[in-house]
Amino acid sequence: MDSTLLTETGAIAGFAGRFFREGFRPRYEVQELLYQCYVIGYQSLPLVGITGFIMGIVLTLQSRPTMAQFGAESWIPTMVGLTIIREMGPIITALIFAGKIGSSIGAELGSMRVTEQIDAMEVSGTNPFKYLVVTRVLATTLMLPVLTLLADAIALYASYLGINIKGVTTLALFVNNILSRLTFGDVLPAVLKTFFFGFVVGIIGCYKGYYSNKGTEGVGRAANSAVVVSSLVIFILDLLAVQITGLLGLN
Amino acid sequence: MPAPMPLPAPRPAAAAATPAPAEAVLTVEHVSKSFGSNHVLQDFSLTLYRGENVVVLGKSGSGKSVLIKCIIGLLPVDAGRIRVLGQDVATLNHAAMDQLRARVGFLFQSNALYDSMTVRENLLFPLRRHWLAHRRSEEAELVRQALADVGLEDTASKMPAELSGGMRKRIALARTLILRPEIILYDEPTTGLDPITAREIDELIREVQQKYTTSSLIISHDMNCVRLTANRVALLVDGHCYAEGTYTDLLHRPDPIVHAFFS
Repeated sequence: MDSTLLTETGAIAGFAGRFFREGFRPRYEVQELLYQCYVIGYQSLPLVGITGFIMGIVLTLQSRPTMAQFGAESWIPTMVGLTIIREMGPIITALIFAGKIGSSIGAELGSMRVTEQIDAMEVSGTNPFKYLVVTRVLATTLMLPVLTLLADAIALYASYLGINIKGVTTLALFVNNILSRLTFGDVLPAVLKTFFFGFVVGIIGCYKGYYSNKGTEGVGRAANSAVVVSSLVIFILDLLAVQITGLLGLN
Repeated sequence: MPAPMPLPAPRPAAAAATPAPAEAVLTVEHVSKSFGSNHVLQDFSLTLYRGENVVVLGKSGSGKSVLIKCIIGLLPVDAGRIRVLGQDVATLNHAAMDQLRARVGFLFQSNALYDSMTVRENLLFPLRRHWLAHRRSEEAELVRQALADVGLEDTASKMPAELSGGMRKRIALARTLILRPEIILYDEPTTGLDPITAREIDELIREVQQKYTTSSLIISHDMNCVRLTANRVALLVDGHCYAEGTYTDLLHRPDPIVHAFFS
């Protein structure tokens, strides 16, 4: 079990190393990268948007009674804002992203492997690693931060609506409350870690699919383990990010 | 961006149904390949001459597909040498291998059509990736010609999922033909097809051979395919070339192992 875990970790690290070795040398697959950004980014927007909206409104409605008990209802925007921007937005969006995109990449590449499409690509004068893996990993790395920022914005607007369900506040006051307590150290680490989350979702999804075997059973396994492993690694990275920002005095 | 490679013109049709072998276009010399303790190919040798169809016949799991994947450079050999169109496959760098692959077609057992692309895009993919396309009008003509060669002119805008198994096989062959290859490697071209469709594919293989004078290495365990397409047959047993000859030669050979295939 331990040796399997170490072998798998080493293989994924080697796969990531190959990404850096091959990804930045020509031939550049710009058209495929743009297409993957559209599929991975734009087509994930509705799911991420709905999740963000629910996250914002639920967080607000759940925290109101406790805050009201201490007479601190006016602190709800600040508390919700910090919670969403620092932690909930990045982690929830990354997990949703891993579920949707990680499984999709794992299944797609796994299916291409078992039906020999990856071999056909190589025979057709294409480096399948660059065409399939590099484009997808770059797209997940670039798109997750954008999706997270959008999810944060939608969640904050949902929070504003949540506050107005049982009270009255203006949007300007709500935004002012959040911005007055928000610092550079809250936003930058939160945005930076989403690049790593996106990279992890892409590299693990691609690794699982690219080396899928055992036919259709292997495709299902690739999709499943892409989600499980990338979700776990996202949590581990988040834990590391909290420790690093703590050491830098940003918590 | 590299300069486009000139697209080879179609070669003249073969004068006879069975062209006289002359120039060796593919030589496999004492090749061995193992996966762990499984010795798939052991000292296997074979020569393919220009314009002929050679069928490699063997049981399932005997290493036939491994052989053609070694030939096209998808798998490295452990020992021995493979020369394709005069070039040693093992010594080629990535760019040289790509150039060689543009001259060698490969029909995959599972067809390997790209699910997310239309038939036209499937056909254009190797053309564009090998930098063989010059103008859009030329591309369109090449696609039309390749589809006409396999009798499926009306399928250009269809998705692979909308086609039957036999049609997918034909489209896969059209994708191979669009590069006008000098050699075509067929990996079990009739597997999974009904007898009528399988016969149509066999006839198509012969038509392609005669129209473009291609040399073909066909991997199969379908005796009808062997009978209809082979100028010569090589029997792969226990990793090496056990017997070689024309279909008729082998049919009448008293050897029990050979007889087991042909009876």
